[in-house]
Amino acid sequence: MSPKTLYDKIWDAHVADEAEDGTCLLYIDRHLVHEVTSPQAFEGLRMTGRTVRAPDKTIAVPDHNVPTTLDRANAATMTEDSRVQVEALDTNAKEFGIHYYPVSDVRQGIVHIVGPEQGWTLPGMTVVCGDSHTATHGAFGALAHGIGTSEVEHVLATQTLIQRRAKNMKVEVTGKLRPGVTAKDITMSVIGKTGTAGGTGYVIEYCGEAIRDLSMEGRMTVCNMAIEGGARAGLIAPDEKTFAYCNGRPHAPKGAQWEAALTWWKTLYSDDDAHWDKVVTLKGEDIAPSVTWGTSPEDVLPITATVPAASDFTGGKVDAVQRSLDYMGLTAGMALSDIKIDTVFIGSCTNGRIEDLRAAAAILKGKKKKDGIRAMVVPGSGLVRAQAEEEGLAQIFIDAGFEWRMAGCSMCLAMNPDQLAPGERCAATSNRNFEGRQGRGGRTHLMSPQMAAAAAITGHLTDVREMM
Amino acid sequence: MDTFDKLSGIAAPLPLINIDTDMIIPKQFLKTIKRSGLGVNLFDEMRYDDDRNEIPTFVLNKPQYRESEILVAGENFGCGSSREHAPWAIKDFGIRCVIAPSYADIFYNNCFKNGILPVVLPQDQVDVLMKDAEKGSNARIEIDLEAQTITASDGEVFNFEVDAFKKHCLMNGLDDIGLTMEKVDSITSFENQASTARPWV
Ligand code: SF4
Repeated sequence: MSPKTLYDKIWDAHVADEAEDGTCLLYIDRHLVHEVTSPQAFEGLRMTGRTVRAPDKTIAVPDHNVPTTLDRANAATMTEDSRVQVEALDTNAKEFGIHYYPVSDVRQGIVHIVGPEQGWTLPGMTVVCGDSHTATHGAFGALAHGIGTSEVEHVLATQTLIQRRAKNMKVEVTGKLRPGVTAKDITMSVIGKTGTAGGTGYVIEYCGEAIRDLSMEGRMTVCNMAIEGGARAGLIAPDEKTFAYCNGRPHAPKGAQWEAALTWWKTLYSDDDAHWDKVVTLKGEDIAPSVTWGTSPEDVLPITATVPAASDFTGGKVDAVQRSLDYMGLTAGMALSDIKIDTVFIGSCTNGRIEDLRAAAAILKGKKKKDGIRAMVVPGSGLVRAQAEEEGLAQIFIDAGFEWRMAGCSMCLAMNPDQLAPGERCAATSNRNFEGRQGRGGRTHLMSPQMAAAAAITGHLTDVREMM
Repeated sequence: MDTFDKLSGIAAPLPLINIDTDMIIPKQFLKTIKRSGLGVNLFDEMRYDDDRNEIPTFVLNKPQYRESEILVAGENFGCGSSREHAPWAIKDFGIRCVIAPSYADIFYNNCFKNGILPVVLPQDQVDVLMKDAEKGSNARIEIDLEAQTITASDGEVFNFEVDAFKKHCLMNGLDDIGLTMEKVDSITSFENQASTARPWV
C-alpha cells in the first residue's frame, strides 16, 4: 500500500462516492450547528420537504449572539433579532429532532468547545459546522471543515459534503517552547510565517515535539487558527493524550466499542514516507510571546518588536499595512509594549478553555487590573465556567477586577452587546483582528491568555515573561 | 438557483488585499434568518459613516459604479468567516462575478452555491482589469463562462480556469442537494459499511 498522510487516511475512510473528475461525496460523522448560519438551511429543508438525514449525528447549540451577562435568563437582555435567531434554533432543533443544548443548559457554550467536551468529537471523524473555526476539532485527529449555509443544508439533507481532495501541508514545530510561550504563540507565529493565504488549498498537519508536548486544550488552540492561515482544515495525529481526553466523555464509546475505536485510532498517523505538497518548519525555541499589530492575523510580531512601517513590505501589502496602521492608530517604530489598551477580553473558541483560564489566573493571582481598564472573562462553556469556579479561578478574576461572564462567543465577534466602541483598543485572546471585528472602529490585538492578563495589570501590551 | 452564462457589465475596482468577510458584511447583519435584503449593507463599514450617510469616496457609492455587476479585487478575497451572508450580500447588490488573484476557500465555494462566478486570474491580468474597471461606466467587461474568457473593454481576452463540475452546476443553475440525492444509494451503502467498521460513530 502506498504511504498515506493522516488526512489521506481519514479522507479515504469517508468517501461515499467519487465521480470521474475527482469530485467526492464525503460522509460526515458529526454536524455541529449554531444559530447564525443555520436558519436559512432549515428553512430550505422545509421549503423542499426534505428532512435531516442523520439527526443523531447532528448537534446544535446557540452561542454567537447569546448574552453573556448574568441576567441572561431574562429574554429582555437580548435584542429582538438575536432572540428571533436563537428561538429559530430552539424550534428547528425540536422539529428536526437533533441533539440540543439550549441557553439554559449548563453544557451550553461555544460550539467548538461543547463538541469535544461532550465527546461528540473523536479521532478519525469527519466534522463540519457552519463556522470557519471548525478547524478546532482537528486537534483530535478529526477532519473538520467550516462550511457555508448552503453546505449546512446539504449536510442536513444528505449527511455528505461535496469535496475534492485537498493538498497535504506539514507544519513541524521542533524542540521545546520557552517559558511564557504558548499554543497561541505557536499558531500565530505559523501564520506570521506562511501568511493568511499560505494554507489555501491545503489541509495542514501540525507535528513535531512542541506540538506533541501540548495538552489537548493547547492543540485545539493551534488547530483553531488553521483557518486564519487559509487552510481548509488543521490536524494533529491522535495519541495517548487524545485518548485520555476522550475517555469517559458522555458521547465517547464505552467498553468493547471503546477498545475497537482505540484500535483504529492508533493507526491514524502519517506514514513516514508520505508525500507532502508543502512543508514549513519552525523551531520551538525561536517562538516568542507574540501579539498582532495590524488588521490581519498575519500581522504578528514578538512582543519585543516595534510597529513596522508600510515601506517594510512589498506588493499589495504596502497599502494594506498603511491602512492597518491608520485604522489601528499606530505609528511605525513605536515599541509594541508601549501600546496602551482600554479593554481586555479573555475567551473565545481559541482560548476559552479551562487551561486558558488557569494560565490567565496564574498571572492575575493577588494582582489587580489597572484602573480604568474594562476587563472580562467569558468561559467557553457552562462546564468550563463551573470548573473554574470550583478551582477558585473565578474568584481570582473577580478579585483582579474582571467581569466574570456566562458562556458564549461574546466579544470575539461582538454580535451580542459585548462590543468595542470606536477607537477602543482591546487585548484579546480571540482569533481575528479584522477591522470592526469586535465592534465598529474597535482595535484588536490578538495574544495568549497570559499576555492578555499581563496587559490588564499594566494597561499596555506587556511581555508576560517580565511577570513570571 | 440562478444560472450563469454570459455577463457584460460595469466592474467596480477594489484594489485591496485580504478583503475579509467582516468587511464584506459586518456581523450586525448576520442576525437575519433570510437570505435576501443584504445588498444595502454590502461593505457597510466602508460604505456608510457613523450617521449612516454614504461615504462618497467609496467605490460603490460613486455614480458610475452604482450598477456594478462585477468586482475586481486583490488577493485572498473573502478570507475570514464561513458566513454565506457575504455572497448573499454581493448577489443582492447585483454583483454576479468577482475577479481576483485568489480567494479564501469557503468563500470561493459559497459563491458557486449562489450563482456568483469567482474568477481567478494571475495578478498581472487582474491589474489590467483593475485599470479597466477604474474607467468606470465607459468600460464594460465581458465574461463568458462557457468559453471561460474575460474580455476587457479594449478587446483583450483573458482565459480562466474553473472546476468542470462547478461550471456545469453554475451554467445550469443546478441544485447540489438534488444532484447528491440522486446518489442516495451510495450514501446508504456507505452508511451500512461504516456502521460495521466504526459502530461507535
Ligand atoms: S468564539 Fe469567535 S471564532 Fe469562535 S465560534 Fe464564536 S464567534 Fe466564531
